[in-house]
Amino acid sequence: MKYMLMLFFDEAGWGAMSEEETTRAIGAYAAYTSALREAGVYAGGDRLGPVASATTVKVGSDGKTSVLDGPYAETKEQLGGYYLIDVPDMDAALAWAARCPCASHGTVEVRPLMVMVPAPV
Amino acid sequence: MIDRGAARDVAERAARESYGKLLAYLARRCGGLEPAEDALADAFTAALERWPVAGIPRVPEAWLLVTAKRRILDRQRREERAGRFHDRLAAAARDAERHFEEPAELGDDRLALMFACANPAIAIDVRAPLILQAILGLDAARIASAFLVAPAAMSQRLVRAKRKIAQARVPLDIPGPDEFAERLDAVLAAIYATFAEGWGDPEGSDGRTRGLAAEAIWLARALAASCPDEPEATGLLALMLYADARREARRDLAGDFVPLDEQDATRWNSAAIDEAEALLVRAAAHRRAGRFQLEAAIQSAHVARRFGGTPDWRAIVALYDELYRITGSPVVALNRVAALGRLHGPVAALDALALLEGDARLRDYQPYWAARADLLARAGRRAEALDAYARAAGLTVDPAVRRYFGTRMEAIRALDA
Repeated sequence: MKYMLMLFFDEAGWGAMSEEETTRAIGAYAAYTSALREAGVYAGGDRLGPVASATTVKVGSDGKTSVLDGPYAETKEQLGGYYLIDVPDMDAALAWAARCPCASHGTVEVRPLMVMVPAPV
Repeated sequence: MIDRGAARDVAERAARESYGKLLAYLARRCGGLEPAEDALADAFTAALERWPVAGIPRVPEAWLLVTAKRRILDRQRREERAGRFHDRLAAAARDAERHFEEPAELGDDRLALMFACANPAIAIDVRAPLILQAILGLDAARIASAFLVAPAAMSQRLVRAKRKIAQARVPLDIPGPDEFAERLDAVLAAIYATFAEGWGDPEGSDGRTRGLAAEAIWLARALAASCPDEPEATGLLALMLYADARREARRDLAGDFVPLDEQDATRWNSAAIDEAEALLVRAAAHRRAGRFQLEAAIQSAHVARRFGGTPDWRAIVALYDELYRITGSPVVALNRVAALGRLHGPVAALDALALLEGDARLRDYQPYWAARADLLARAGRRAEALDAYARAAGLTVDPAVRRYFGTRMEAIRALDA
């Protein structure tokens, strides 16, 4: 069963860290990623570009498009990265979420993936 | 009219101290766990409405009990199943006041309820949550947080377990002498699981679940008072007091993690250790050793440092040998290896650790990687030590412990530079 761990944190906090702190934080994420891999549950993951680079697209019921600078929702903590993990159940997914460094400097949302079956051709 | 806040305080205190007692009493005499829970919840709601207006009753617990019983009675009437049930309720009402003279021990009702929660028919991972809910009245959301389970899933598991108690007719009784010891083990294991969740891994500490360790100690204290002739119940209480005595010392003033060997012994809670030592002596007098007494004895050897002594590593290894014989647990084997590292040095310990390498139960177990990293570092195998520390750091949930592993890795890299 695949789960997505969505990492929400305050981007400004990352920017404000000293070089030494940044090295440590990156090391913590690297250690977590390799623990996921070694456990055989890692199915993907990346860090997202800064919120400032986000652009939002919407098509109204009248067919008009709108393209806006910025994220979908302005909040203090932003979606900043994700992991995809493949584990037996939600209990296991939560155990891995708690180990994610983001769980202590931000918030981790855990959602099961609904696997789409391709339509018959 | 009295202060609503004061009424709430009294109700909350009554809930904290008497929830399990009231629930156990109702469940045993008035038709099972679930109806008792519903009725008790109604009684607490009624108390919050009524007490600010009518004043706080002289014995709040008795008021809650009588109110809860009326609810059950109403429901029974509605369900048209009256009859001898009324006689039982009337009898229960008569001793309501007498019953609430607050005994120091659990009393038969709560003890029986604990045995029901830890019945073999109940899934092992639900037993501790069920005890926390039934005896202490903790809500499912808080229990879910402590055990790292989704709240909806935890609620569902608790409901299912309670159904099972009703449907499988799990007795709300204290088991007879034939079964008692074995069934007590399950109760002790559930209480210890609660403590372990509150304690985090043996090296870490975690504010989120801190309250749970106190709840476990409360349960063990009450249980040991109820079963003075069961040395393992006393042993469990001693074990948890030893561990809890070191709680503050696991962090330095900057909030950084401090491993046991480097802890400032003057920051250990000496009153708690004294109590634990006395309990352990009392338990040992029964001459029936068991898992919890052995673990407590190991803790006792570790705290020798508080009077300037050094831990007797030979004795600690021997205690782990005996503990392993009883439990066969890979975690015990791992701790034995760590003690061996102190007695015979890291190279001998790494040889012993090699025997555990293939054990799947240790693969994602943070203390395994931490112990391995420590031994490798002390043996001068730095590259492998770095890998093992990184693995440990990736597996911990505790940011202070994660920082500690980072510091160790920096120290090793500094040696190579």
